[in-house]
Amino acid sequence: MSNWIDIAALGDIPQRGARMVKTALGCVAVFRTGDDQVFALDNACPHKAGPLAEGIVHGTSVTCPLHNWVISLETGQAQGNDEGQVATYAARVEEGRVLLDRAFLRARVAA
Amino acid sequence: MTTRLVVIGAGMATGRVLEHLFESEAGYDVTLFNAEPRGNYNRIMLSPVLAGDKSYADIVTHDADWYEVNGVTCRFGERIAQIDRVAKTVTAANGDVVPYDKLLFGTGSNPFMIPLPGHDLEGVIAYRDLEDTERMMALGASNKVVVIGGGLLGLEAAAGMAARGVDVTVVHIMAHLMERQLDEAAGYLLRKALVDKGITVKCSANSKEILGENGHVRALLLDDGTELPCDLLVMAVGIRPNTALAQEAGLAVGKGIHVDDQMVTSDADILAVGECVEHDGAIFGLVAPLYDQAKVAAQTLTGAEAAFVQKELSTKLKVTGCDLFSAGDFMDGPGREDIVFRDPGRGVYRRLVIADNVVVGAVMYGDTADSNWFFGLIRDKTDIAGMRDTLIFGPAYQGGTPLDPLAGVAALPRDAEICGCNGICKGQIEDAIAAGATDLGAVRATTKASGSCGTCTGLVEQVLAVTLGDDFVLPAAQSICACTDMTHEDVRRMIKSQRLTSMPAVWQECGWKTSCGCHVCRPALNFYLLADWPLEYRDDPQSRFINERKHANIQKDGTFSVVPRMWGGITTPNELRAIADAADKYMVPTVKVTGGQRIDLLGVRSEDLPDIWADLNAAGMVSGHAYSKGLRTVKTCVGTDHCRFGTQDSTGLGIKLEKQLWGAWTPHKLKLGVSGCPRNCAEATCKDIGVICVDSGYQVSIGGAAGMDVKETELLVQVTTEREAVDVIKAVTQLYRENAKYLDRIYKWMGKVGLDWISERIVDDLDSRMALVDRFEVSQSIYRKDPWAEHASTRAETYRPLANLSLEAAE
Ligand code: SRM
Ligand SMILES: Cc1cc2nc3c(=O)[nH]c(=O)nc-3n(C[C@H](O)[C@H](O)[C@H](O)COP(=O)(O)OP(=O)(O)OC[C@H]3O[C@@H](n4cnc5c(N)ncnc54)[C@H](O)[C@@H]3O)c2cc1C
Ligand code: SF4
Ligand code: FES
Repeated sequence: MSNWIDIAALGDIPQRGARMVKTALGCVAVFRTGDDQVFALDNACPHKAGPLAEGIVHGTSVTCPLHNWVISLETGQAQGNDEGQVATYAARVEEGRVLLDRAFLRARVAA
Repeated sequence: MTTRLVVIGAGMATGRVLEHLFESEAGYDVTLFNAEPRGNYNRIMLSPVLAGDKSYADIVTHDADWYEVNGVTCRFGERIAQIDRVAKTVTAANGDVVPYDKLLFGTGSNPFMIPLPGHDLEGVIAYRDLEDTERMMALGASNKVVVIGGGLLGLEAAAGMAARGVDVTVVHIMAHLMERQLDEAAGYLLRKALVDKGITVKCSANSKEILGENGHVRALLLDDGTELPCDLLVMAVGIRPNTALAQEAGLAVGKGIHVDDQMVTSDADILAVGECVEHDGAIFGLVAPLYDQAKVAAQTLTGAEAAFVQKELSTKLKVTGCDLFSAGDFMDGPGREDIVFRDPGRGVYRRLVIADNVVVGAVMYGDTADSNWFFGLIRDKTDIAGMRDTLIFGPAYQGGTPLDPLAGVAALPRDAEICGCNGICKGQIEDAIAAGATDLGAVRATTKASGSCGTCTGLVEQVLAVTLGDDFVLPAAQSICACTDMTHEDVRRMIKSQRLTSMPAVWQECGWKTSCGCHVCRPALNFYLLADWPLEYRDDPQSRFINERKHANIQKDGTFSVVPRMWGGITTPNELRAIADAADKYMVPTVKVTGGQRIDLLGVRSEDLPDIWADLNAAGMVSGHAYSKGLRTVKTCVGTDHCRFGTQDSTGLGIKLEKQLWGAWTPHKLKLGVSGCPRNCAEATCKDIGVICVDSGYQVSIGGAAGMDVKETELLVQVTTEREAVDVIKAVTQLYRENAKYLDRIYKWMGKVGLDWISERIVDDLDSRMALVDRFEVSQSIYRKDPWAEHASTRAETYRPLANLSLEAAE
């Protein structure tokens, strides 16, 4: 069995946008940047659990829709003076498909 | 003893193999077949041949003498039809059977032809060989050509034909040109350069059908109904490895002919090189790796040990005047950072993508002099930590020049309009400065620039700074955000005077310091662009705050609230029933009457939004835009219909206004009120625009608010007819849309430009009023529609999870 789960076509996520993936342990936001990189993060802001998938994506960051914290898509770390971190999961694009590392399901069970 | 080598295809790759082979004097007896009726030539130079810069003779790489000296038996114009791997023979198209000891494949690739209806018409060609090139060279100024494909090949074909005076249109399916090599900003500069060469460029354009007449191509039909007439249609949309012969011969074939690191196929006596091969999952379309393969294949044939290794690739476009370079991989890879440099004056754009202190990608436009140095950094994975701050300036500038915040204004031509109110161009301001006006007051006094609404003050000061240098100290101005040094007002003026109609255009011409803006500037730019260019610009949902992207208000728990319109506060039993039914069906936790005379359904799940909207739509209700920087509510009182004091039909006017204005985007929210008499039950005098009905007509006043600031409106005008009242209100709305800073409500904007300035344009000048009304209507022809209906029918999927892995085992 492959270690990567095929989630969807890259085109299903808008550029500079995100879509949500449901898992048994809550939602994961899968982001696509302006230059077609993808990132997967827990869909809950470290501040007050704002749904990050609904934020504005710029560069490799997302701005939370509730109170404008800026979160790095690469590290999950809050930027600037804010402190906090969201869990990130391995994701990549191959031949136009978005893939998530199967290990992320395990990581979520452990979390 | 000599070994018999048969070569299939005299292309760029096999030409190199033979050169290396004969250098090593390995004693091969070579027979060279080529389907094209000629020997090896430099295919990539077909573009300069097309453009008229070179002739075919200039690009031949191996001539008759060379083949003779090296004893090559040339069978040009002859295609190999079959291979017998057991007998070790090939069969030529004319039936000749030729034995081999070793066989070398170099069949290249076939251009991909989109199977559109009409693709087999006469006059539909690819761009691959000399025949195609000659077809294009035969065209002249009276001809029209359509090129499908805005990649490297398509653009070289287009530029080559345009240089011959041909009327060329490029049709590209993606949003910007060469999207695989370039980002949006470089794509924007490239497009601008091609348009300057007279080429028409259509991006985001889908081809539907090729139309013909008497078996010959006549036009290309796009799926939006546009017909592009043409005498020749060039399809340059990609290539596919030419593997048919290898497949028939039973070799292992995937996307291309499988080869190992020694370039040997699944048959030990058969090698393959070039675009026809697949190595380690990759296929190839540029010559640099093919040359490496050729060297390895020659070494394998002579018994030397060698292995082919894939390397980073770079791309340049062979079009005069379009200096671009791209290298490395922009598609994926975690842990990346951008460094961006723009010089709007010289049309220069540079972007480096960095991961772990190594440059992994570079895009450059306009000044590619240092591209080899950057490519070297990428290839060698040089640690750039020590030169990071000045890296973007290239090898010569290690030490560094700072970014120039005035570059955008310095780059403006003399005829760029700076002051919109008084029609004053940059040149006139420069002349006034030269004549001694060395401060803002003096420039204002002599030219009137910035003397009216004042929003161009920042730009006038920048012209002073650029012209006077250190003699003028620029007052500190608040820039939009850290992405730019310009203020909202400066950027709005630039968008208008330089006709910037896309975000990448603004980023480049105003010298943005990031590659694609941030959550502060993007929503503002999106509004400015759609307000100024309603027909050219397309709204970008990804640059909107979630409420405006999903057409509902986000709540603190991530659910949404849904507020349908109740025109002028009037509703019906049927509407109320539909709202009640929806509240039941979607288990809405809270139903509240708002302060805006309508009903709010709070706590709806994102997934349910398209369905609840569809239900409300079915009862005739549309979005109330309770989330928008746009028209919110028009509050009314009961007026002459019922009230004993009512002087005019305030409810009817409110409904009319709401139906005319809904859907319009504005700098901030826009609320209206219409009261039937000065008792003012609709609180019209604390709205952005208020109407008080009186016996003699309608008093229209503006600039009220009752939020963080409480403001009473100021009277703009009293008119006698309802028609005039509606026109005045549309004109105020449009003037506000065209001029205000994003997130200024009318009272704030009015505080800057003054009621008199507004009044001059709407009350005193009737032509100006009607022109504003007309421009408002043009915009409304696009935006006066229900976003809920549109999203429910075409985008419902995007509201639901992308995938559900709840049942996926996590063992
Ligand atoms: C629902 C409602 C309260 C209610 O239950 O009555 C409401 C709810 C919100 N208002 Fe309001 N305002 C509502 C009427 C008002 C009014 C009264 C009115 O319109 O007559 C005002 C004062 C009048 C005015 O605007 O001048 C008002 C002044 C504000 C302000 C302050 C604006 C200002 O310029 O100072 C904000 C904040 C903002 O917009 O930046 C705001 C922002 C909000 C937001 C959008 C806060 C947010 O960003 O999430 C609230 C969204 C709730 C939701 O999820 O639905 N709301 N808000 C009212 C909806 C009216 C409607 O039918 O569309
Ligand atoms: C207009 C143009 C511009 C280009 N510009 C660039 C550039 O700037 N930079 C860059 O790196 N690359 C460029 N390329 C791509 C580059 O030309 C190709 O990558 C390269 O030519 C491929 O070499 P090849 O030997 O694999 O195939 P080819 O050069 O295509 O040679 C294959 C040959 O095999 C023959 N053949 C096929 N089947 C048979 C058969 N059964 N029997 C006999 N003969 C057969 C074909 O007729 C052909 O002549 C350009 C290509 C084109 C068309
Ligand atoms: S007054 Fe404040 S809390 Fe109440 S609805 Fe308006 S914004 Fe929300
Ligand atoms: S919940 Fe994300 S910023 Fe507050």
